[in-house]
Amino acid sequence: MENLFDLFVRNVFIENMIFAYFLGMCSYLAVSKTLKTSVGLGIAVIFVITVTVPVNWLLEKYLLKAGALAWLGPAFANFDLSFLSFLLFIAVIAAIVQLIEMVIEKFSPSLYNALGIFLPLIAVNCAVLGAALFMQEREYGTIAEATVYGFGAGFGWALAIVVLAAIREKIRYSNIPAPLRGLGISFILTGLLAIAFMGFMGIKI
Amino acid sequence: MASKNLKLLINPLNNENPITVQVLGICSALAVTVQVKPALIMALSVTVVTGFSNLIIASLRNTIPPRIRIIVQLVVIAALVIIVDQLLKAYVYDVSKKLSVFVGLIITNCILMGRLEAFAMANKPWESFLDGIGNGFGYGMILVVVSVLRELFGSGSLLGFQLIPQSFYEAGYKDNGMMILPPMALITVGIIIWIQRTKNRKLIEK
Repeated sequence: MENLFDLFVRNVFIENMIFAYFLGMCSYLAVSKTLKTSVGLGIAVIFVITVTVPVNWLLEKYLLKAGALAWLGPAFANFDLSFLSFLLFIAVIAAIVQLIEMVIEKFSPSLYNALGIFLPLIAVNCAVLGAALFMQEREYGTIAEATVYGFGAGFGWALAIVVLAAIREKIRYSNIPAPLRGLGISFILTGLLAIAFMGFMGIKI
Repeated sequence: MASKNLKLLINPLNNENPITVQVLGICSALAVTVQVKPALIMALSVTVVTGFSNLIIASLRNTIPPRIRIIVQLVVIAALVIIVDQLLKAYVYDVSKKLSVFVGLIITNCILMGRLEAFAMANKPWESFLDGIGNGFGYGMILVVVSVLRELFGSGSLLGFQLIPQSFYEAGYKDNGMMILPPMALITVGIIIWIQRTKNRKLIEK
């Protein structure tokens, strides 16, 4: 249990998707203009990563890893399908996003309207595929670890976009040099935020 | 080469640079720029994938049903990325290890989807191919500039060769360890955007 909590905290603050790995930057910069939409996208991303990482973990364990097909019988024990992982991961992500979209539309139209166009866009958000690939690279042992990792990574991403959106709303009235307005200042702000987040480095729980 | 085609190649280098103007493909641009060598290889891989995915999708554009186009595009891109990934693993294993998940992330690199949607779905194969190559170069250019700055000031070398002489270090010069850390990649790109927009004022956001 402690182990899981540690994993969560580490992925939110220290190995933050945005500040340490720069994943999902495109939508991060494009959507963070207003706080309200950022919160919506943040929640959607948390949701999608928390669902896709464990599913991909199962795929990895029972289908893709070297020797993973052993449960089919000894004849399959030597297969190594890991070269297919990109294709399968992205297909699973696209399918789950589609599925989630349909479920939300049916059961909670208000949430569906709030998330709007963001749901389909998440399929190509690199934070989601990135989380799946990091899960593969770090070889998490149990499905609980993979789920917590997914939740932590998504939460960290959401935290980052909400923080940046809040700052961007505030600086709208500041006198920034014209060529730096918009994109330039967002980059520099993110850099400064990343420096602040580096203060969490080395924390052990 | 017709001037229109040349424009397709040149435009993404400055006026329509994928990173600094179109805001596409930023994730990988920041993460792989600690040293010049991985950045160069990444730039090359992305250029190959953008070029060929544009070519393939543009050739298929009239047969793809619009409703499922995103999945078709993703499959084409993923297949190309798998080829690139296997090639990198075979020939430059150390760099492939260093790039880790970022080779796989070329699949969700927004440059690819962006160019496929904005260009390849509506243009002929050859033009789309050039557009893909041009955008790959525009992306690569920023990668190389950022990585040169970061490696030079962060570890005093370029492509692994020591560039700042030993006597400097003896006189008290120190490498700026900050440049190697993630935040400086963001700030470096921010400053590049600043410089580019000072020169090219029509890109300024209101």
